[in-house]
Amino acid sequence: MADAKFKIGDRVKVRKAYPLGHIRTPYYIRGLSGTIERICGAFPNPEELAQMRDGLPPVPLYRVRFLQKDVWPDYSGAANDTIDIEIFQHWLDAA
Amino acid sequence: MSEPGKYQPYSYFQLMEISLRELLVEKGMLTEDAIRAEVQAMRGRTPERGAKVVARAWVDPAFKKSLLENGTKAVEDFGLEIPGLKLVVVENTADVHNVIVCTLCSCYPRMLLGIPPDWYKSRNYRSRMVREPRAVLGEFGLSLDDKTTIRVHDSTADMRYIVLPRRPAGTEGWSEEKLASIVSRDCMIGVAVPAVSPNTR
Amino acid sequence: MGGLPAGRVERTEHDYAEWERRVDAMAVLLMGHKITVDERRRHIEQIPPADYDRLSYYEKWIVSLGQALIQRGVITSDELGRKIEEVRGRG
Repeated sequence: MADAKFKIGDRVKVRKAYPLGHIRTPYYIRGLSGTIERICGAFPNPEELAQMRDGLPPVPLYRVRFLQKDVWPDYSGAANDTIDIEIFQHWLDAA
Repeated sequence: MSEPGKYQPYSYFQLMEISLRELLVEKGMLTEDAIRAEVQAMRGRTPERGAKVVARAWVDPAFKKSLLENGTKAVEDFGLEIPGLKLVVVENTADVHNVIVCTLCSCYPRMLLGIPPDWYKSRNYRSRMVREPRAVLGEFGLSLDDKTTIRVHDSTADMRYIVLPRRPAGTEGWSEEKLASIVSRDCMIGVAVPAVSPNTR
Repeated sequence: MGGLPAGRVERTEHDYAEWERRVDAMAVLLMGHKITVDERRRHIEQIPPADYDRLSYYEKWIVSLGQALIQRGVITSDELGRKIEEVRGRG
C-alpha cells in the first residue's frame, strides 16, 4: 500500500481528540501507545461513510496491540495480556 | 413475550418494520421476494459453518497456514460464501488465549457464524471484556492461569474475527465431521474451549 | 463503551422473531443502496440515551433504518407517519 505510514513493529500513539460525529476509535485508547501488529489494508473512512459521503481515498487501517496494564491502571490480569484494536492511520502518530 | 393463543397487537416498532418494508417495495427499492430470500439465507448461516473451517484447520496444516494469513481467501477457497466478510483468524496456543468483542456496537463475523447471541451485544459484555477479560471468562466458566496470555480483540473497524481454538487431546483419528461437532459458537468467540465430553467419545 | 463499569454478563439468547429477521435482511439489502453499516451506526448512536437503553437491538436497528431513509429523502416523515397509522388500522 503506497501511503501506509507505519509498518509492523512500529510504536504508535493514538491521538487525543474528541470530535463530533461517528468515530471508530474507542475513548479508552485515545492518548495511549501501542505497537503495529498488522496492516489490515486501506478502507473508506467510516467517519465520512457515516455522513453519507464516500470516505475516499481509502485510509490505511492497522491492528495496534496494547499491553492491558498500559491501558487500565487497575488491570489485574497477567503482565503480558494484550488488547488488539483496529485504528485508522489518521488517528495515529509515531510514538 | 406473549401467552400462547393470546392476541398481541403489533408494537410500534413492528408497525414501523411493516411500514418501512411496504414503502420500500412501493418505491421499487426492495422486493418482498428479495427480503424473504435474504431471511432464508441468514437462517442458513449458523456456527456450524465456522466449525467446519476449524475442523479443516485442525487436520490440514497447509489450510491452517493460509487461514491465519488471509482468513477471507482461505474460507472462500474452502467453498463457503462469505460476501463482504474481511476475516481475521486468531489462533489459540499453549500460551495464548484469544477472545473477541466489539465495544462500539456488535460487529461479528455474521456471514460465517450467523447472528450473534444477545449477550455478545450486551452493554455488560462490551464494557467489561476489554477491561477484565479474566473475570468475564470466569463467569463463562473458563478459568485461565497467569501463564496464559489473554489477547482481547476489539473489532472496531472493517475486520471480523474468529478464534481458532486448540484441538483438544483425545481427538486423534477423528473425522472432520466429528471434530466440527465439538466446536461451538462460543469457542469461536473465545468464551469457551472445545471439550471432549463422554457423549462425543 | 469499553471499560465502563458494568454488571455480570447475562447469557441470554433468544430465538429471533420474523420481524427482527426482516429488519436484519432489509439492512443487508439496503447496503446495495449505499446505506452503509457506518451510517446505520451513526443513527443508532444518535438515539437519545434513555431510549437507547430501553429499546431492544432490532428496535434500534429499525429506528436507524427509518432515520436513514428519511434523511436520504427516500421517504418523508409524513409518508412514514401515514403508513404506520394505515397499518395499525388494519387490525
